[in-house]
Amino acid sequence: MCGIVGLFLKNKSLEPQLGQMLAGMLGTMCERGPDSAGFAVYGSGESGHVKLTLRSASAKTNFAALAGMVEDAIGAPVLVETHATHAVFTVPAELETAAREALAAEDKTVKVVSAGNRMEIYKEVGRPDKVAQRFDLAHMKGSHGIGHTRMATESAVTVDGAHPFSTGRDQCLVHNGSLSNHNALRRKLVRKGMSFETENDTEVAAHYLTWRMEEGETLGQALESSIEDLDGFYTFVVGTESGFGVLRDPIACKHAVLAETDDYVAFGTEYRALAVLPGIEKAKVWEAEPATVYFWERH
Amino acid sequence: MPTIDLDVTSLRDLNQMLHDLGDGANDTDFHVVNPRGKHAIAAGVDAPITIEVDGNVGYYCGGMNKRANIIVNGSAGVGLAENMMSGRIHVKGDASSSAGATGCGGLLVIDGNASGRCGISARGIDIVVKGGVGHMSAFMAQAGSLIVLGDAGDALGDSIYEARLFVRGSVKSLGSDCIEKSLSDLHKQTLRKLLDEAGVGGEVDVSEFKRYGSARKLYHFHMDNLEAY
Repeated sequence: MCGIVGLFLKNKSLEPQLGQMLAGMLGTMCERGPDSAGFAVYGSGESGHVKLTLRSASAKTNFAALAGMVEDAIGAPVLVETHATHAVFTVPAELETAAREALAAEDKTVKVVSAGNRMEIYKEVGRPDKVAQRFDLAHMKGSHGIGHTRMATESAVTVDGAHPFSTGRDQCLVHNGSLSNHNALRRKLVRKGMSFETENDTEVAAHYLTWRMEEGETLGQALESSIEDLDGFYTFVVGTESGFGVLRDPIACKHAVLAETDDYVAFGTEYRALAVLPGIEKAKVWEAEPATVYFWERH
Repeated sequence: MPTIDLDVTSLRDLNQMLHDLGDGANDTDFHVVNPRGKHAIAAGVDAPITIEVDGNVGYYCGGMNKRANIIVNGSAGVGLAENMMSGRIHVKGDASSSAGATGCGGLLVIDGNASGRCGISARGIDIVVKGGVGHMSAFMAQAGSLIVLGDAGDALGDSIYEARLFVRGSVKSLGSDCIEKSLSDLHKQTLRKLLDEAGVGGEVDVSEFKRYGSARKLYHFHMDNLEAY
């Protein structure tokens, strides 16, 4: 099972409604993945700065106080935005390493889950609609976003096992399916110097794509490569700072419906997830072809 | 003609009402609006009625249908007309994977394209697709017909039994034990009859079709065929 939703806005005037549209889509996929949920939102970005999304194991973490400590340590202002157990710290890009070190030293219960100029990642165990409410997804703005509802199969129901997975700056991946060669591929990637946080198969796919892109491939090319190197059932939806891509494996038994209008491109594991969008009646709706990379980029 | 608005009436109430209809029911025409991709719309109906749905439907629409005439003014999700027994289902848009899967009878007409595994394990259903069909269509199909006016994807008719496949366009590849066969006058008559029933007029020339079926080499296990299983 598992459900994926994705929304890529072509019409900039809809950006204030991104969160609301994505939350509506995510809510329809509760039945496909009641174990945990997560989403990535590509919001505003300040040049020369990096956004670190932090996740705390405790609901009581005082992120403002933590930001104060980080400010003292790095000697520069830190902008804080708190969403329940998560917070986004915006720090000067050149001080990212110092900020990460300060965070690690100050609070062991807080983890950096993503880094990027524009991307923020939120995930939690629980029913997807409740997770979206907790983080107030409906009020988030941005150009594109990806959400996932998980029914766990390959690893435990934990926040770490929830999607999206991010391994690179402004890059995230969500997955519906199960990979069968993830252990072998993980060993290969570990030998190339990559480190893994979980036993999860999707994390391997995310690292794999990051590795291909580090080798000089575009996201589209990296997805093409994964058709050769990944074995198993998968539908992937990936996000980068400026783009949004979709890939199904050659057997294509994990569902994938796409819709496009002048205003947006949307992805849903089922059409139900797209039915909540404005103008869907007039949209071009189609099923993603097997082993075919779909990719949209903002210019 | 009763109209059922699925924004107001629950899917379960709609299906229960359709299941409760007997042969002598007063209402024989039903109009369903706002389906919004819901699953199992008009599944399990057994009555000589017409159900017209305005919009896109989700999975298993018209599943197990007996005798009813179901029209979808939109596209359909996975498992359309799954295990249909009799009657007619007509989708004006596209259909997702496994359309007509395991169907025993009746006629399924898809105006657009059907995705992968169309007619998988069919057991007597007749399927007419005016567009193309995806990969692994008619996999292990036992009886009935699959007629494709467009192209067919990879591995058409893999491990097929006695279903008849007619494709007007190209076939990307044939599956194990599926071969092209001659198109006799008798086949042309059958084809014409089914196309007429599907509302495809004389503009389509039946001699443009190619027929595919089983080479009958894989019916019984044989060591020499090990690679093909």
